Amino acid sequence: MKRTLSVLVENRPGVLTRVAGLFSRRGYNIDSLAVGRTENPSISRMTIVVDGDEQIIEQVCKQLNKLIDVIKLSDITDDPHVGRELMLIKVNADPAVRGEIMQIVDIFRARIVDIARNSLIIEATGDADKIDALENSLRPFGIREVVRTGKIAMLRGAKTKGMEASGDGTGD
Amino acid sequence: MGQETRVRTGARAVMEVLQAEEVELVFGYPGGAVLPLYHELARTSIRHILVRQEQNAVHAASGYARASGKTGVCFATSGPGATNLVTGIATAYMDSVPVVIFTGQVPTSQVGSDAFQETDITGITIPITKHNYLVKDGEELPRIVKEAFYIASTGRPGPVLVDLPKDVALALCQTPVPEKVELRGYKPTYQGHPGQLRALAKLLQEAERPVLFAGGGVVASGAEGYLRELAEKIQAPVATSLTGLGAFPEDNPLALGMVGLHGKPCANHAVMECDLLVGLGVRFDDRVTGAIEKFAPQAKIAHVDIDPAEIGKNVRVDLPLVGDISCVLKELLPLVEPATHPTWLERVKTLRNNYPLTYGRGGEVRPQWVIERLGEMTRGRAIITTDVGQHQMWAALFYGYTEPRTFISSCGLGTMGYGLPAAIGAALARPDRQVWVITGDGSFQMGMAELGTAVEQGLPLKILLFNNQSLAMVRQLQHFYYERQYTAVKFTGNPDFVRLAECYGATGLRITKQEEVVPVLARAMQNDGLTLIECLISEEEMVYPMVLNGAALNEMLLPE
Repeated sequence: MKRTLSVLVENRPGVLTRVAGLFSRRGYNIDSLAVGRTENPSISRMTIVVDGDEQIIEQVCKQLNKLIDVIKLSDITDDPHVGRELMLIKVNADPAVRGEIMQIVDIFRARIVDIARNSLIIEATGDADKIDALENSLRPFGIREVVRTGKIAMLRGAKTKGMEASGDGTGD
Repeated sequence: MGQETRVRTGARAVMEVLQAEEVELVFGYPGGAVLPLYHELARTSIRHILVRQEQNAVHAASGYARASGKTGVCFATSGPGATNLVTGIATAYMDSVPVVIFTGQVPTSQVGSDAFQETDITGITIPITKHNYLVKDGEELPRIVKEAFYIASTGRPGPVLVDLPKDVALALCQTPVPEKVELRGYKPTYQGHPGQLRALAKLLQEAERPVLFAGGGVVASGAEGYLRELAEKIQAPVATSLTGLGAFPEDNPLALGMVGLHGKPCANHAVMECDLLVGLGVRFDDRVTGAIEKFAPQAKIAHVDIDPAEIGKNVRVDLPLVGDISCVLKELLPLVEPATHPTWLERVKTLRNNYPLTYGRGGEVRPQWVIERLGEMTRGRAIITTDVGQHQMWAALFYGYTEPRTFISSCGLGTMGYGLPAAIGAALARPDRQVWVITGDGSFQMGMAELGTAVEQGLPLKILLFNNQSLAMVRQLQHFYYERQYTAVKFTGNPDFVRLAECYGATGLRITKQEEVVPVLARAMQNDGLTLIECLISEEEMVYPMVLNGAALNEMLLPE
């Protein structure tokens, strides 16, 4: 069972080590972990996707909450939220197949961001399913390199999982 | 305080916090990188205890903390000084002991360059501290040190490490010590949830065979009075964990004693037969539960702990209650009606009679018998520190603890070499009490250099050393699990411990026959200097009861 945790932490050196170390030390599986600064420069948000049964997820949350640098933790899996991941993918693209690739890129509403003689770099955002589907569609052409960010997520509507509400939001 | 801003060095600012926290003494071992702190320490009235190895500075600080209920403090230098602390820090972490540790660090300009005596001690100690800091800016120092004391001693207590680069300690700092600590990510829950409290009261009221199970959390929160009141009000027997020894007086008729793999038979049977088990500040360690799937099979389990992460970690819990044990019991008491459980108490009495704590026959001097005599002669009022091994379990089972903070041992980590330095800390915390170290020849040799510290500080410690010239707890494991092939457990190069004590200027005594036990113990008690008693015992001694791997608590091996 995959759960998406949205975790506000102090924006300080070493916090990522504490969080990541907690997972490895206690034998929990991180599916992905994305981290960046929030609207408040002293706070970072980690979006952690973790795989495990109910008991493991409960322990993950409790152990994370014990860290002094963790300000707030929310399991947003069951709340309506927008989840996105960014992928850069470098794919073989001889002139003969370039048109076909561009069609696929259009279908997925992705973008070509670099063209070389025999390859393209494609940028795509979306939920994990969409990114997986795009990657699978491009596989027959020969994938040279894939970079994915891991999931970031935000609750839909006016609700926030921040320290305080920060204005209205609208659905996507 | 409305303190005006004063310019002073970072090291001086650290001393200001130490004094504000009413720190009386610091255990430590100096070195180049921590000298700025030592320079300022000398200009305060805080006493410094120079140990013989850094690990023992943490052990002594934790012994001090456990005996006094205050926060222990220790200093060490960077690099090897800091890494020598690791076992001591992990020991304090496992038993939730409040200790603040200061380590010197190479100057910030050299951090990360593999400089002389540099280690990433904050990186190393993340898994074994409640929190730690690498201070990079001297202006943050007053806040950080104040936070360190606050974090170490509140909520679930634990060790906090502050790593202090030399240049930061020497740099001028003008920030005053803050009056309050504000940590947005740290808000321990003390009061129990009212609904859960009512639910617990109801469970207690409905139970026909309740058992209260008290752990280190009862001692840490000073809840022994409330515990006793509750147990007597609802006539519920009380078992304790190893860290919980002394939380409930063992001379009380409701006392079951320690539960677990080497627990008292009556306590183990009662846990297996009860219909309600209320864990109070315990963590259901694997040394307590035996085979987890067979643990307390008939019981609903209620679990009260200040650390939410402990609840549901090891055993299924029917009723969780987060809070400080003292606060919870205080609020719970008015909610429960007095009760009696005559049938259950009769059953407990039968268990106690049918399964007494025995130790069979054999050997010239029986260590269990010696510890029973010691318990009688000190009336259970001495502070006992132990090392780890067979002697630790005998000390837990046969002494008869009547007060909290009188049993001090490395319970969670099982650290050999803990007893003597912990006793030094305890003796400094409680000069009004006799402090006994119960140890074995294996453990003692891991920390015996601290005899020097104890003598230097004029501490009248009594050391009862059971010498079987072997690592007999390991031998016991080989006996039961490795076809009695005894490998690497025999010492042939032991020193003459009596002469060792004498060569430190202490008194050395020896027990070789049973009739010598009482007179020698009495002589040690009357001696006002450090006294070591070497008690020769058989290497074939066993710790009973013993629950083998995979067995339930009531499937104990008992002596024949």
